[in-house]
Amino acid sequence: MRPLDTAYMWDLVPIILGYVPLTLGMAIAAMAAALILAALLAIVRVLRVPVADGAVAVFISFFRGTPLLVQLFLFYYGLPQLFPALTSIDGITAAVIGLTLHFSAYMAESIRGAILGVDRSQWEAAQSIGMTQGQVLRRIVLPQASRVAAPTLMNYFIDLIKSTSLAFTLGVTEMMGAAQKEAAGSFLYLEAFLVVAVIYWIMVEALSVGQRWMERRLGKAVAR
Amino acid sequence: MTCEIDIAGLTKRFVTNTVLDGIDLCLKPGERVAIIGPSGTGKSTLLRCLNWLDRPDAGRIAIGDLSVDAAHASRAEILALRRRTGFVFQNYALFANKTARQNISEGLTTVRGWSAARAAQRADEILTQIGLADRGDSYPAALSGGQQQRVGIGRAMALEADLLLFDEPTSALDPEWVGEVLDLIRSIADGRQTILIVTHEMQFAREIADRIVFMDGGRIVEQGTPSQIFGDPQDERTRAFLRRVG
Repeated sequence: MRPLDTAYMWDLVPIILGYVPLTLGMAIAAMAAALILAALLAIVRVLRVPVADGAVAVFISFFRGTPLLVQLFLFYYGLPQLFPALTSIDGITAAVIGLTLHFSAYMAESIRGAILGVDRSQWEAAQSIGMTQGQVLRRIVLPQASRVAAPTLMNYFIDLIKSTSLAFTLGVTEMMGAAQKEAAGSFLYLEAFLVVAVIYWIMVEALSVGQRWMERRLGKAVAR
Repeated sequence: MTCEIDIAGLTKRFVTNTVLDGIDLCLKPGERVAIIGPSGTGKSTLLRCLNWLDRPDAGRIAIGDLSVDAAHASRAEILALRRRTGFVFQNYALFANKTARQNISEGLTTVRGWSAARAAQRADEILTQIGLADRGDSYPAALSGGQQQRVGIGRAMALEADLLLFDEPTSALDPEWVGEVLDLIRSIADGRQTILIVTHEMQFAREIADRIVFMDGGRIVEQGTPSQIFGDPQDERTRAFLRRVG
């Protein structure tokens, strides 16, 4: 057994940290897009919009029923064979789109559950004063549902940050890709992957602190 | 007699159970009508159908120049009907994510298109009227049952609907809060707005209503002035019911 090369690890830290903005950027972009898509998917399901409801159910089932890695490969390597226009898509964009679709499927189900959890009397009261279905959702139901869904959605965001490491398999040099490249040169795999693991860990822990703070605040706004 | 609100043949079935069996009812402008009767006879369903919270299967609802055929109601007609009827819920059903003031102003901004400032000002006037001028910023969870129901009434009042519907407005309240809510309804029922109220408070019904409607089995069995219904009921079912509750 050899000792850990801690000096090498310290040297790696700033290099890996340099890729944090890319990792976070991909995660935030995918999260923002996934939130919008998931809300739309959830609304289609809650309102049982004809035809669209069935299509959304299949979409959600597929993206929850297959591994993310398979989806990314299918999207990045597979689809361009069918649609040559997609060949020009870069790894980062492909990863963000793939992550968006994948996580929107999961998030749609949480948002749907949260919407259905809003008491029926809230719908009725809003409809009774003459609000349209869209107004009821936007003004009354979604604000209440988002409080319920927020902790779960935050968990998905954390999961999403970690899942950006899969972009490395599409040739993107992000945190994981950078660690891999460094290790390939030095053969110090243990050190390189330890550093990247710890940096992910610290990022996620920092977010968890923010999550707990947010939950306390949301709880206070509408105390039950 | 001119009907401001004219209900004809209103029918509602839940699966095979006929809850409303051809209700005909004519309300004059400003009339105050109380509906009484045993539980499960369709009193609440009648009110809910008038606000389209339950969808009637057949019949016609006319309010002023708006006439809605239940079997062929369009989305626009349903919205128009709802905008002409205010509904006060048994369980208050205040918007949990909005303050007392916002609960009252919500319909004014969202439905009637008022500016936020104008709606807030109107909401403050109503808050004063319902005796909650100092609770405008409180969320429903921070209000007592009686206060919540007063806000519920304020929310329905704000829309200045042609018809105000009260669905057992005091049934969910602790006894200590019933008085303040009844007092508020009394002050609104000044004969200017047409009111239809389902209630188990017989003394209250007798006191504020111009007319009492007794329902049983999804039909109107008997109707008349409070002194007629309470003093000299004609139908055996009315007499039996009044003996039980009296």
